Amino acid sequence: MFGDWHQLWVIISTPDNIPIVAMLGLVPFFTWFAFHNMLANDRLIAQLEADPQLARTHHRTTYPYNSRWERELHTNPFLMRKELLAAIIITIILMVWALTLNAPLEEPANASVTMNPAKAPWYFLGLQEMLEYFDPWIAGVLVPTLIIIGLMAIPYIDANPLGNGYYTYHQRRHAVWTFLIGFEAIWLVLVCIGTFIRGPGFMWYWPTQTWDPDRVEFNVNRNLDQILGINGSWISHILPTAWRPEAAIIARALWGIIPMVVYGVLAALFIHWICKRSAYSRKIYSKMSIIQTVTMYIFLITMLFVPVTIFLRLVFRIKYIWETPWFSI
Amino acid sequence: MADQKDGNDRKTTVLEDLKGLKEVVKVKTQEQVEELKKPQETQLYRSIFRIKHDEEPRNRALSTLNNLFFHIHPAKVNRDATRYGYTWGLGGITFYLFIVLVFTGVMLMFYYHPTKVQAFRDILYLENDVPFGRLLRNMHRWAAHLMVMAVWLHMFRVFMSGSYKRPREFNWCVGVLLMVLTLLLSFTGYLLPDDQLGFWAVTVGTNMARATPLLGHQGPFGPQLGMTPYNDVRFALLGGSIVDANALLRAYIWHCIAIPLIASVFMGVHFWRVRKDGGISGPSPVMLESEAKN
Repeated sequence: MFGDWHQLWVIISTPDNIPIVAMLGLVPFFTWFAFHNMLANDRLIAQLEADPQLARTHHRTTYPYNSRWERELHTNPFLMRKELLAAIIITIILMVWALTLNAPLEEPANASVTMNPAKAPWYFLGLQEMLEYFDPWIAGVLVPTLIIIGLMAIPYIDANPLGNGYYTYHQRRHAVWTFLIGFEAIWLVLVCIGTFIRGPGFMWYWPTQTWDPDRVEFNVNRNLDQILGINGSWISHILPTAWRPEAAIIARALWGIIPMVVYGVLAALFIHWICKRSAYSRKIYSKMSIIQTVTMYIFLITMLFVPVTIFLRLVFRIKYIWETPWFSI
Repeated sequence: MADQKDGNDRKTTVLEDLKGLKEVVKVKTQEQVEELKKPQETQLYRSIFRIKHDEEPRNRALSTLNNLFFHIHPAKVNRDATRYGYTWGLGGITFYLFIVLVFTGVMLMFYYHPTKVQAFRDILYLENDVPFGRLLRNMHRWAAHLMVMAVWLHMFRVFMSGSYKRPREFNWCVGVLLMVLTLLLSFTGYLLPDDQLGFWAVTVGTNMARATPLLGHQGPFGPQLGMTPYNDVRFALLGGSIVDANALLRAYIWHCIAIPLIASVFMGVHFWRVRKDGGISGPSPVMLESEAKN
């Protein structure tokens, strides 16, 4: 049943979901705010690029400036009073929040009564959502590891010296887009799907659709090889006799390499095309070392694989692209 | 001053002392009142704060540098770096929330036993009987959520202002680890009320550990290496094959002692590196493409 606004309200007003509801407002606000600062600086940069004489004398910030002002202020009180103010504001927010909303407490832990839906805390719902699309060792172990290593690799991959300590969009378009896609379009969207869309049985419920604990979903997901009818009949002729009973498995495992390689090449070409688009990014790209380039490609190709897989699953109902006896992707 | 009328050091008798007592007390009291009008010049005050608080640049600087808690800051900062518009104040807010969490967390520890028999009852006790116990628990819970939000938004700001660039690459890495520790702190705390919510969240979470490659009994190449439910990485996390008493104790120790200690060390490194890398990153003057060094 659609149009069940009460159901939506129940999800939104669940105390532990309040942070992600707040993030729905905070993230767009800070994204706007970052871009507001970026575009202000970009206008100044364009002005200075056009006027080398001005570039030599300009103070180079968009903030109020007076040559008679001291460049530095005393920490006490000019910084500390702001910190105190921030602490007071946060304390007030926290107090009001703690006085108006109670921390949830369910019934005592009981291993024989399963919670439905059984959900992780909101900040891990992105990973739990990935469990729907990937095997547990990928969603639960490999992806978090890659996210952590990938984040830590960012400063060492990003060879662009511009935009160090000031907001700019034009000078670091690729970096900004990469982070917006990775953090907002993938991570936060997955968190929101896990929070607002997934209901009992972790099934897909559109907003305002009533949660139904008795709902049964028929699994219609098929592997890519099943859709294309890869059954190993052609390979069994060339295999040793002893291996022939396993022909279908071997054919599937071998065939699966093809779409993975095709995806990798297409994604790499796409990234290469992006990197070559402007004169400045060509310059940055050409001075990157082999390790930097290879690392960047591996992480970007892997990151883009997540939305591609989710798209294939949700739209074309494809379960695995590459199935082997040891792992499946 | 009390001996003005004599002006000599003749030894006085006790009787004379008593006669002069009234005058002495009057004068001394006046002196004391005058002294207390300037509390900043008392011996007590100076012994604590060590410096005069006059309106002088030098003393302003010393008030920051000579204070254990304030010397995390430099004496002076870039005029534009104090703008909320640049830093959004989020790193400091995250640290403040950590302090709030330590404070409320220690208070909660006074009322909590990490045992299957007591844990859930302690929460009920906190919520219904302990004065301000419900407020305490609510504050701890929501501050934890706020801290996760603040950490993510802080990372977003640092990225968008390009603050991870040279020479701050390593501090960005420390920050990433601190974010992971924040999430782990929050997650280990989730189990402690020992209710259905925490139990199933931790069950779902730790079930993923079964599938760890090599180290989990359901992960790729795990069984080949001899992993079973009774010796794999999930067993190590839970102290057993199911989420039970040992898991509660382990979550408690990780949550209250181990991770806060590790996080404090990383925080120390993080703040120290902010200073050593030249203070906060900006707002720096904008650079032009033609000025980019190779």
